[in-house]
Amino acid sequence: MVWLHRYIKLVAATTVLLIAAGGMVTSTDSGLAVPDWPNTYGHFMFSFPLEKMVGGIFYEHGHRMIASTVGFMTIILALWIWRVDARPWMRRLGFIALGAVILQGILGGITVLYLLPAPVSIGHAGLAQIFFCLTIALSLFTSRSWREARSPVDDPTLRRVALTATVLVYCQIVAGATMRHLEAGMAIPDFPLIFGGLLPPAWNLGVVAAFAHRVGAVLVTLAIAATVGHVWYHHRGRRELMRPAAILLLLVLVQVTLGAYVIWTGLQPLVNTAHVVNGALVLATSLVLTLRSERSRFALEADATSARRAAAGPAASFGSGPVGSTTRA
Amino acid sequence: MPSSKLRLYSLPLLSALALAAGCGPGEAPPPAAVPNAPRVDAAKAGGITGRVLYEGPAPENPVVTLDSDPACVRAHPEGTTLDPVIVANGGLDNVFIYIKDGLGKYHFDTPAEPVVLDQKGCRYTPHVFGLRAGQTVRIGNSDQTLHTVHANTTANQEFNLSYPQQGVTHTKVFTAPEVMIQFKCNVHNWMTAYAGVVNHPYFAVTTGGGGFELKHVPAGTYTLEAWHEKLGTTTQTVTIGEKKSRAVEFKFKA
Repeated sequence: MVWLHRYIKLVAATTVLLIAAGGMVTSTDSGLAVPDWPNTYGHFMFSFPLEKMVGGIFYEHGHRMIASTVGFMTIILALWIWRVDARPWMRRLGFIALGAVILQGILGGITVLYLLPAPVSIGHAGLAQIFFCLTIALSLFTSRSWREARSPVDDPTLRRVALTATVLVYCQIVAGATMRHLEAGMAIPDFPLIFGGLLPPAWNLGVVAAFAHRVGAVLVTLAIAATVGHVWYHHRGRRELMRPAAILLLLVLVQVTLGAYVIWTGLQPLVNTAHVVNGALVLATSLVLTLRSERSRFALEADATSARRAAAGPAASFGSGPVGSTTRA
Repeated sequence: MPSSKLRLYSLPLLSALALAAGCGPGEAPPPAAVPNAPRVDAAKAGGITGRVLYEGPAPENPVVTLDSDPACVRAHPEGTTLDPVIVANGGLDNVFIYIKDGLGKYHFDTPAEPVVLDQKGCRYTPHVFGLRAGQTVRIGNSDQTLHTVHANTTANQEFNLSYPQQGVTHTKVFTAPEVMIQFKCNVHNWMTAYAGVVNHPYFAVTTGGGGFELKHVPAGTYTLEAWHEKLGTTTQTVTIGEKKSRAVEFKFKA
């Protein structure tokens, strides 16, 4: 289980790299630099000559290579979990992650073949974050701290604020992806003001998308501030909550700063991509905090499952037992 | 698997395939010919000549960074600039001029010879051009590198063509009038070209300091439009008498 946990962390880290590569594809307008899919200029993907990875091809083909690697790693991940983790919901989650990464690959292909239709590209960006969240969740669920938690926090208020923050962060990321794929990143060209004021003087789809992303930033910041404040005030002694809360606060401050620089630099690709990647890290950290706030309910569910299996007899009790010992590895 | 379940599971797949077939790249239908439409009488036709002037100091065009492709660096070892605004003797080049309105329903034969767009030295040649709806455009690659040609269209079928090596050519036909269509290379994002697609022969691109000429224009009152990729559009109304020629002047400001 220790090695599985380490492997899932590696998959999650590679997924961050993949999100960064995807961010560079969009930021450099290279989404159509390779017109065919799944081949690359007629070559099988892995036999495409490296010296031909010029201009936008470097970003698009590089993104495909990393994506294929993550896909392959996810196959191993799903099989490994199925092999060593006796928790049925974990096995399901492993295969859901595999399904998500396959769907993600297909969406990526469709968006290339159909010349980047915005809904498909936005869906591709949104599913990327869901897949990343799955790797983060799987990593957390296989960690020693999760499996051996003895007295998890049971705080309904924390559960509510943390979940609200996570959902808002996800919606904000999708709003950002919508803005990017509508090419509306500079629809409001100034920051922190909006056309020199507080509201746009005229509205169109691009301005609406950019404005929604800014309103979303305010809501997300408030939700995260509420979550972090709650943890600070009520659970200061709980390291498993304080640590992600502190990281979350730091990341959201970095995120707002990066958002400002995206505008001030006129959508400079590296700044754009840093904003996208940091947004994913905000989501992941908020998710960790949310899941840890839900830990007590997982324990109850696991206990109930164990009890049911014990009642059903020894043959059905495979994988049962106290929380943290429900594995074969 | 029971057959009913099989049918159930195959439905989404079939729907996706049908959707893909319906949305896939294809060609728009050719323009419909106007029955019994008259032809322009060349003996009675006049013409329009003119210049497009640029008011203000000529801007410095942006420098292109070619480092992302060694083949492009070889083509321009000293570097190069993009030239969206070319001013010579106070005149502005690469402006697309065409009769936008007032022509009525004449019949014009579609030229059989194709218009040629080349990719050479990691640039498009020509940068701005016109062609007729229904006329073939032949797009080639003279570079020893990969290119794409992505046509951003609104009235015609969008496409993104692959040029994996030197010497590859593709032909395309834009069937509907559209001013302008942008061509873009997604490998080299500085490469752009623009085409004005019209359903008559009265169009030109300014050269040699903003000059242009439209020949064999029938008598009538027309709306002329001048389009520039950075400076936008401007129009004016022109009346041409039989066998008469008119000189017009457009002005774009810095």
